Amino acid sequence: MAAGGVHDVASLEDFLRGRAATSGTVAAAFAAAACASLTRGDLAALGALDAELDARTPSPALRATSRKLGRQLLRGMRVIRSHPCWDQLGAGPHHPVVLGAACAVSGLPPRAAALAAVHDAVAGPATAAVRLLGLDPFATHAALARLGPLLDEVAADADRHAAADPADLPASSTPLLDLAAQQHATWEVRLFAS
Amino acid sequence: MRAAAALATERVAPPGGAARNRVSTLRSQAPLMLRLTHPKGPEPWTAHDPSAARVCLTAGAAGPIGGDQLTLTVDVGAGSTLVLREVSASLLLPGPHGEQSALSTSVRVGAGATLVWLPEPVIAARGCDHRTDVSVELGPGARLVLREELLLGRHAEQPGAVTQQLHVRVEGRPLLNQHLAVGPGATGWDSAAVTGGRRALGSLVVVDPGWADRPPQPVLLGDTAAVLPLAGPAALVSAVAADALALRGCLDAGLALLTTPAEDRRPPDAS
Repeated sequence: MAAGGVHDVASLEDFLRGRAATSGTVAAAFAAAACASLTRGDLAALGALDAELDARTPSPALRATSRKLGRQLLRGMRVIRSHPCWDQLGAGPHHPVVLGAACAVSGLPPRAAALAAVHDAVAGPATAAVRLLGLDPFATHAALARLGPLLDEVAADADRHAAADPADLPASSTPLLDLAAQQHATWEVRLFAS
Repeated sequence: MRAAAALATERVAPPGGAARNRVSTLRSQAPLMLRLTHPKGPEPWTAHDPSAARVCLTAGAAGPIGGDQLTLTVDVGAGSTLVLREVSASLLLPGPHGEQSALSTSVRVGAGATLVWLPEPVIAARGCDHRTDVSVELGPGARLVLREELLLGRHAEQPGAVTQQLHVRVEGRPLLNQHLAVGPGATGWDSAAVTGGRRALGSLVVVDPGWADRPPQPVLLGDTAAVLPLAGPAALVSAVAADALALRGCLDAGLALLTTPAEDRRPPDAS
């Protein structure tokens, strides 16, 4: 945003489409896969998913943020529902893996985990845009609503591949997001972690 | 056109002689032509190994053109050093019947071996439909420099469809897995998440087992380029730039930060 890539609702919608199709797709696929693994009782697969997410997140700032959000969700889930998988996940697992596990423990299917993950990938930046750029919140929510079919499609894809080998899951790269996150991590006054 | 080329190196120590690098396989098939060459320019890591094997890949035909199915296999044997470069940039062109072209490269770098792989840019012409797959398996103690540069269209041209898959594993564990899709059919490729409308993007992967205890630090190389330490003894220089020259500048700056000073070993008459 500071770099001028997003300046109005149209460019925001463009950005959100790009994000849903790339990092949102990766997060959705890993959330669905984590959910499916846990549902079939394969706790060991969660470690492999976590390592594969590291390989898909070249920016150290984004890796740290994902692990921080994962740790926060893990802390909440430990209180809400006890399950042996929480200990299996380690101290700071990636957010999509915990999100998928949380869905499985709550009795939700992989598709729901995927939809939550990809929704998370676009809703966060959309709210941030309203606050930082002063965009009309109603117009922004209308843009989010227009993304609905794309998010559904991403979640359906993630659901179809939920049982795939973790190495074969989507690995879409986002050069500008990686670089912007790294830039932002150096700011003296940081506004957001993700 | 279907073609398969193969390249392998090994480290040999003749009785009583000094150990040296040797190219054990050099199998070309047009348009993938492999040639033994002199040093082409500054190269990292070879200052202490004058016998490093040097090979250039050169195009024996135009393209890749839609319909081409090309395969390159590279095997850098244990302890050996290979510098693999290209003679010129490649231009991705559409085929006569709208088929996809594909270049698939699988690389194995053996224990303690070194691969410096510095190809020239790939230019996506209008209407092209191309897929590049690069898969690298590194053995224990292996070192790697790998550059990739993609230019989105020639002058004032919209690019065709290109997907690039890069998969690097170290001793069987995933280090880097990136899939880039640009051009028609790729959702959001020119948005502020991927290229932001810029026309050149690239990356440089450096794996150095010497970083196991002391990984490199993140460094910004401008507004849209940075050295990004990976989760392992490795770093990625990632850059998005307005043109090929600016892109190469960013990647060279990253390379200089991450490797021992590059040395230009070209013979004096080859300048």
